[in-house]
Amino acid sequence: MTEVVQQNSESERQVQTIDSETPFQRFISEFFDSKTASVALFILLSIIILAVFAPWITPQDPYDLAQVDVLDGRQPPGAEAFSGYTMWLGSDGAGRDLYSGILYGLRISLSVGVMSGFIALLIGMAVGLLAAYAGGRVENVIMRVVDLQLSFPAALVALMLIAILGKGVDKIILALVVAQWAYYARTVRASALVERNKEYVEAAACLGISHARIIFRHIMPNCLAPLIVVGTVQTAHAISLEATLSFLGVGMPQTSPSLGVLIANGFEYMLSGRYWISVFPGIALLVTVVSINLVGDHLRDVLNPRISAGGGKAK
Amino acid sequence: MSTPLLEIRNVSKRFVKKLDVAGKIAARLGADISEETVHAVDNVSMTINKGEVVGLVGESGCGKSTLGRVVAGIHNPTDGQVFFEGQDISALEGVRKREVTLAVQMIFQDPFASLNQRMRVEDIIGEAPVYHGLTTRSEKSDYVDEIMEKVGLDPSLKKRYPHQFSGGQRQRIGIARALAVKPRFLVCDEAIAALDVSIQAQVINLFMDLREEFDLTYLFISHDLSVVEHIADRVLIMYLGRVVESGITEEIFDRPVHPYTSALLAEAPRLDQRKREFAPIKGEIPSPLEPPSGCHFHPRCPHAIGDCSRQAPALEAVRQNHIAACHLRERFS
Amino acid sequence: MPNTLEVSGLKTHFLMRAGVAKAVDGVDFSIAKGEVMGLVGESGSGKSITGFSIIGLIDPPGRIVEGSIKFQGEELVGAPEERLRNLRGNRIAMIFQDPMMTLNPVLRVDTQMIEALKAHQDIGKKEAWTKARDTLGMVGIPAPDERMRAYPHQLSGGMRQRVAIAIAFLNEPDLIIADEPTTALDVTIQGQIIHEAQDLCRRTGASLIWITHDLAVVAGIADNISVMYAGKIVEQGNIDDVIDRPAHPYTVGLLGSVPSANNRGQRLYQIAGMTPNILALPKGCSFKERCDRRTKTCEVSPEAVERNHRIFRCHHPYFEEVKV
Repeated sequence: MTEVVQQNSESERQVQTIDSETPFQRFISEFFDSKTASVALFILLSIIILAVFAPWITPQDPYDLAQVDVLDGRQPPGAEAFSGYTMWLGSDGAGRDLYSGILYGLRISLSVGVMSGFIALLIGMAVGLLAAYAGGRVENVIMRVVDLQLSFPAALVALMLIAILGKGVDKIILALVVAQWAYYARTVRASALVERNKEYVEAAACLGISHARIIFRHIMPNCLAPLIVVGTVQTAHAISLEATLSFLGVGMPQTSPSLGVLIANGFEYMLSGRYWISVFPGIALLVTVVSINLVGDHLRDVLNPRISAGGGKAK
Repeated sequence: MSTPLLEIRNVSKRFVKKLDVAGKIAARLGADISEETVHAVDNVSMTINKGEVVGLVGESGCGKSTLGRVVAGIHNPTDGQVFFEGQDISALEGVRKREVTLAVQMIFQDPFASLNQRMRVEDIIGEAPVYHGLTTRSEKSDYVDEIMEKVGLDPSLKKRYPHQFSGGQRQRIGIARALAVKPRFLVCDEAIAALDVSIQAQVINLFMDLREEFDLTYLFISHDLSVVEHIADRVLIMYLGRVVESGITEEIFDRPVHPYTSALLAEAPRLDQRKREFAPIKGEIPSPLEPPSGCHFHPRCPHAIGDCSRQAPALEAVRQNHIAACHLRERFS
Repeated sequence: MPNTLEVSGLKTHFLMRAGVAKAVDGVDFSIAKGEVMGLVGESGSGKSITGFSIIGLIDPPGRIVEGSIKFQGEELVGAPEERLRNLRGNRIAMIFQDPMMTLNPVLRVDTQMIEALKAHQDIGKKEAWTKARDTLGMVGIPAPDERMRAYPHQLSGGMRQRVAIAIAFLNEPDLIIADEPTTALDVTIQGQIIHEAQDLCRRTGASLIWITHDLAVVAGIADNISVMYAGKIVEQGNIDDVIDRPAHPYTVGLLGSVPSANNRGQRLYQIAGMTPNILALPKGCSFKERCDRRTKTCEVSPEAVERNHRIFRCHHPYFEEVKV
């Protein structure tokens, strides 16, 4: 009897697969199919590199009060500073070179945005997975809290928290986390619900795998796709939220200004024609947020599970 | 007479869609909504002996998939008990419970949804054996190789992902995953329905070979009568949650008694029937939410008499190795 | 009187990133008035794409690259989209595997049926309603008046398919293309639907192409059968001839793979290997990798040969009387 099995195994061993690309390879090639997204990604990466290397590529550290000279203030783009370097983008009211200010400001905006986004993602994902897997009353309670959270505008939530907690970078990050976690929770719960009913989860239960392992090893990885998309868009949202708070004066302090602070500072000069103080930081913020959104948008299309993935189902 | 490998006694499975808070309030205020109950499986008993292939046949809503999942331990029965090797599985604990969980495995219908798309084949097959200590992490690779060979897959493909395989190959991966935990009993839930005809033949042959090699017992769930006729030793026919007829294959297919079974056999298209006049039974399959009274089949039965709508017939012997639930069984046998 | 449909040399290719998928690669057949043809094949055979090509529903990246489709003498390949739209749902109709491809989930049944009628005929609303209701009755829907007012989601799968079939027959087409219409349905419902479709065709004199992978279904309703593999027709002929005396090894294998009372308990004949990947077809005969009659001659793609009203593409067919 065993011979029969072996003979067959050898003669019709299934030796080929129909598709030799790994999921990652396919993802990369599909992503770069879109010119818009590729350009946006390039811009975004450039911005990040500029921000990371800011201390080395700027003529001035705008946070070091010793280097800032008020006599350099309100100079138009291209003017010379007293210390001898050219202020390509002009200077603001306090004498900060805008080019330096923008790059340093980007550092803060990006790091605050990304960090708060990441923490919110972790919290939201844990909550969403718990809600989907537990079901019943637990899920109900959690989702009502999420609904409640989402019914408040994020800016309002952040403002209320800062009013209670006071100013400071850590408080801002906390406020942004609280304002955002609910989006992640909702997305993950929806995904997890779908996955939980699929047959591979039933198979894992049949094989005696523990609940915890099923959640983290099986369901969670399959929820990552929409999570990544929400993550990118939410990061952009967090960055503009931080800018909003700073603009309103309750965000980053004047001594270490983010883009929002710079824009706020320049506001009073708009009417007197010194547009550059607000406009250049504004453009920097705009470009950053738009490129993140474009990348996130295209990610959503690429990461969409396709019905005919893996088969060539032309009949 | 030895203990049957698997026995289910008076098993029922009901799904109740409860009202949530909003629903309860609405109902109290007079809205026309109430709890909905689906009687997916209604008082089914059966025994399966070691080495048998038992076929479970029926159309949508008959409850065969639900029954399969109750047998496999994925669902708990609402009523009734499931016995494995004579022991009630709901009363088991610890090591024995785990043994029984692994002893009964399931092969699913959809080769796409039944595999975790984000896991490599090696992990899909190897996860459970390592988790349960059947092999170690260092030996996992060889263990997986061996099983892949047994189901006719090239072991060098084990680092790939499910979407890189064809439907038939994915089904083999699913079979390998089940075999990896050394089961004694396999529930095949429409395991070949989603495959091409030529691949179905390969997988059917594979099932039969594995049965020999590993001494397996099968519960083979299918809507495809010709496949069931080919491989099953005994057959159960289900309609809307109940077993209407059951017996050894030759008896059921050559001398059906229940009108539903006869209709099913008459309507199944066969290669040797050309330019046939289809004379189908009338009516739709009723919804499991509102099953007809008495015998569930009576609205569509051409032979229904008064009693049929009032009282559900019991399963009783018609001949040796043949039972049917029909008030008119004497007439048809 | 010209044949209802004459297809010759049809090639429909898809330009994908991974290469050219030759879904349909040289298909010929003709259908006379009132004839029922079964188009049989598995995944990758091209049977559905053939159906879509005839009715003109091939979108980029797919394209009919070569060949001719003559409907009642009129050439459809290259015809202006307006003409095709005129014919679609009117003289040529299609029934899909999933009735929700025909039915709009947000419109009631009567709205959709009246719309289908008014699109091609100058007919009043009341008259259209009556005609629609009568057609529903013809496809075996009980209490059609009530069903007319229903939305698709309120109907069962079998009912929906019946509505889709009714819509196909509304304008009394001369050709119906049915793409796996009963594959997703239960056996008892399948029987009903096949019966109704057969009946309607007989009554209206329409020709029918029934696309399926199920040989047993085709055996019950077709006059002729074409077996497709990897984009080509490998065998074609009268239903009894092909099923009782198959010539092509693939047809033989397919017939042998079907379990039936004759081989109860025995090993089924199995065709080795996998269904073809149309992006990477082997040179020569597409079936050679899986065929146990393969020889060196098979490195050359076999031409279609006609013998005794049968057409097949094979260097080593099973015929006794045919020595190629």
